[in-house]
Amino acid sequence: MEEVDVEPTVTNIPEIRHGKHMGFAWGPGDILVYETHFKPSGYTLSGPGGSFIHKVRKDEDINSPILRKLFNESHHIFVGLQTINDDLPSKSKRPQFVSISRNYRSVIRACMEELQQVAVSTRDTEKGTQYGNQVSILLAIELIWNLCEVLFIDAAPAGSLLLHLLDWVRLHKADVDEKAKDVLQSDSPAEHHNYWDVVVSYVLQGRLEEARQMLVKQATLQPASRNMYKLMDSLLSKMPFYNPGGTQTLTEFDVKWRNWHEEVDRYLKDNTFASNRHLELICKILVGDEDTLLEQKELLSTWYHFLVTRLLYSHPTVKPTDLHYYAQSCLTMFLDSRSVQEPLDSILLAAFEFDIYLVIKDCSIVLNNWWFVAHLTDLLDHCKLLQSHNLNFGSNMREFLLLEYASGLFTHHSLWQCAVDYFDHCPELGRACLELQIERVPLDTERKALKVLRICEERQMSEQVRSICKIMAMRALRNNRLGSALSWSIRAKDAAFATLISERFLQDYCAKGTFSDLDLIDNLGPAMLLSDRLTFLGKYREFHKLYGEKRFKEAAKLLLSLMTAKIAPRSFWMTLLTDALPLLEQKEVIFSADQTYELMYCLEELTSSLDTAASGGERPMQEEDVEQTKVELLRLSLARNLAMAIVKEGTVET
Amino acid sequence: MESAKYVSQKISKTRWRPVSYSSLQQPDIFVTGSWDNEENKVSVWSIGNLGSSGLEDGFEGDPQLICEQKHDGDVLDLQTMSICKHWARAHRYPSDNAPSTGVACNSPEIVTVGEDGRIIVFRADQEGVVRVIENADSSTLHAVTYLRTTEVLTVNSIGQLKLWDLRQQSNSPSQILSLSRDRVPLYCVDRHPNQQHIVATGGQDGMLCVWDVRQGNMPFSLMEAHSAEMWEVHFHPTNPDHLFTCSEDGSLLHWETSSPSEMPSFLQGGRNSNMTSRSAMAPAGGNQSIISAWLHGDSSKSRLETTHMLPSQTLSVNSLDVLGQCLVCGTDGEAIFVNRQVPV
Repeated sequence: MEEVDVEPTVTNIPEIRHGKHMGFAWGPGDILVYETHFKPSGYTLSGPGGSFIHKVRKDEDINSPILRKLFNESHHIFVGLQTINDDLPSKSKRPQFVSISRNYRSVIRACMEELQQVAVSTRDTEKGTQYGNQVSILLAIELIWNLCEVLFIDAAPAGSLLLHLLDWVRLHKADVDEKAKDVLQSDSPAEHHNYWDVVVSYVLQGRLEEARQMLVKQATLQPASRNMYKLMDSLLSKMPFYNPGGTQTLTEFDVKWRNWHEEVDRYLKDNTFASNRHLELICKILVGDEDTLLEQKELLSTWYHFLVTRLLYSHPTVKPTDLHYYAQSCLTMFLDSRSVQEPLDSILLAAFEFDIYLVIKDCSIVLNNWWFVAHLTDLLDHCKLLQSHNLNFGSNMREFLLLEYASGLFTHHSLWQCAVDYFDHCPELGRACLELQIERVPLDTERKALKVLRICEERQMSEQVRSICKIMAMRALRNNRLGSALSWSIRAKDAAFATLISERFLQDYCAKGTFSDLDLIDNLGPAMLLSDRLTFLGKYREFHKLYGEKRFKEAAKLLLSLMTAKIAPRSFWMTLLTDALPLLEQKEVIFSADQTYELMYCLEELTSSLDTAASGGERPMQEEDVEQTKVELLRLSLARNLAMAIVKEGTVET
Repeated sequence: MESAKYVSQKISKTRWRPVSYSSLQQPDIFVTGSWDNEENKVSVWSIGNLGSSGLEDGFEGDPQLICEQKHDGDVLDLQTMSICKHWARAHRYPSDNAPSTGVACNSPEIVTVGEDGRIIVFRADQEGVVRVIENADSSTLHAVTYLRTTEVLTVNSIGQLKLWDLRQQSNSPSQILSLSRDRVPLYCVDRHPNQQHIVATGGQDGMLCVWDVRQGNMPFSLMEAHSAEMWEVHFHPTNPDHLFTCSEDGSLLHWETSSPSEMPSFLQGGRNSNMTSRSAMAPAGGNQSIISAWLHGDSSKSRLETTHMLPSQTLSVNSLDVLGQCLVCGTDGEAIFVNRQVPV
């Protein structure tokens, strides 16, 4: 057994009394836990046992109504991603992948905002903390996803890499704008206590234009230091930023930047800004002095902000492959002895090291839901960034994660429909998993059964179709809805069941003497051919109709053909022959001589088989008497009819 | 343009709250019912009247939830009425409750049908059941609609339309129509708003059938519409040359028919007494101008245009409703789409 990566969390079951033994059973997404009677020796705790079964579920997110929107919207995006054309080389598809990544991220943000609103407005403190936790998890997820988009999907080269990282940091440090708004809305912005914090934060984030605008306000208040402010302003305006779309090459930019850097360094060494500690601070930041940057820990608040700022002011042309050196050292420098490295930090570090597998693995451990890793891995796989990293049971990582995610969805009473599409796009094991899961969806109404059936039929899962139709048909049969049962067996093309239903109809007829559900039998149409018994039922009803319309000759012919063509089951022959009696007894001769011979033949066949059956079996005397009388009546009628028929056929009409 | 609002519940039915025809207002409140949830809800939404037509795209505010009400079991059909009442256990099997699948209102009468094959009549002002037609059908009745004030039409799982005259006391239908070929289950039915003998149905095979109830046993025209079950079909209430269908395959189609003659469609109708006077003006199409454009079985005589109304592939569209220029539909992807500029 492999080592466990993290200590497993302990969950207390509130209802089960302390010290009692618990039994458990695994479910598809949860565990059922109950109290047992097991008493270890020496234990004296007595009393009635608990009578509850507890359902313990790891993933609570799936039941949150706001997070449901995340699942549905991302499902939509996922399906769209799968249908992207595979012909084009992946390089030209990159903008598409980036836009899909942004779609995912905007969905996460929308959810986050909604959760934030609810968290703030709710009065229930427990729920408030729960929402707050979900918001912070979503924040972290979006942060990681954004970084992965920058590093892996967009895969910016040196030069643009830093610009993207700057964007990334700016997006996730929104409090600067709030502070700035406060400062600007105050009466005298330059004297606001947060003023310098805002300016320094702007500089740390490389937002030099905005920093300059803020500094202008200070400059007007201190006309004496006007020259210093002018100098600072010009330094800030001259800082070169790499323009990826421009004609300048990276080396040219590097040269320009070094020149600027030297200039700033010169001013610093000349103590030009020594009289104003704020400006001196800004100058030191511009030079990229590590110690100064570390002193701004509060404004930076995270090590990755520190990393990006340090790179901005000391190595703006950093290459992706060198990123991890700086990342590691920044992390170590930023965290002092008191703070501990959090899971988020290791995940981001792994991302900077371009170790995709470590990122995904750590995320899987930390998060309680497969949503994030499944979708991210799928997107990265489409970008062809994952070599097929075979796991123990032979399917690749993307498929494994998607299957886990989809199986989790399937346990939800409503989201199972989304899960179907995920299974569809897992080429190796998806179909097998779907076949197993789809049969276990509870079918409360016909409409739900119809939807499940449509899913199965589209994927040619004929076993499941038959099984579902059989369930619905049996249910209908038990509730005496014979028409429904028949329509289900027609859909499944289940001849055996159709036979069963026809037997029920025939039994009803024998018991009551009339047909029930005439609307069904009269209108069977081509469905009649599904089973022999059904065909017989239809034809038998036709016989009754013909008889009712007094079309005796046709009725007689039909009746005979039912027996001779062996459509009628043997057990029914007696009834059929009994039906023939009134036809035989008519004044007019209906059955011809040949037909009468055939009827007699049938009767003989029937009686001989009855005799052999009767000799072994135990039939009450009364029933035998009735049978005997019937047979004798028939023989008499047949004989009389034969006589009349022969006479009629032999007579020459004059 | 369409915009999707995700609502965290699979929508099974959606209906506009009716607005009076005299006011030229566009409808702004609709009701949805959910299904497949542990707790289903009937919710009322408003899309807020942002007044004038200044905005180019119909993409105004998202639907906002006004109120919601819990509902036991899946919501399978909705109708709007001004009174609210609750009749429990109306549809049942011998041992269990049966789902009720369809409801039709003709104030103050309400008719429901269910999986137990019963037709039940209620009145809004009475507590109990007014009338039950037991064993009206041996299979499940999926939908019901009023044909005239005393006649209802039902469709069932074995592809039959049955006409019931509620004035008569018998428990059998006054007429049965069905397709002569496969007995495909029918799931939805709608009556033409002006011509009460024209009915459209949709079923399991996604075919749209238009029937003339007066004539014969056969549908007048069959059109291939969808690749999966058709869940709802609606004639536009004021502009019946337009028809809308939605289906399990995730599409919502807008059918527009135009009649061959130059006469505007509102002048054509079932008034056969005017045939002689009209034939003088009628073009070569002859007395076909009297028949509604929907009853042309041969599509070369009338032009039928179909447009997809949803932007991209979605899960099943379960329900739609159209009123004026506004269309609302709900899907299994837990999204509601509202389009306020339907070209009718």
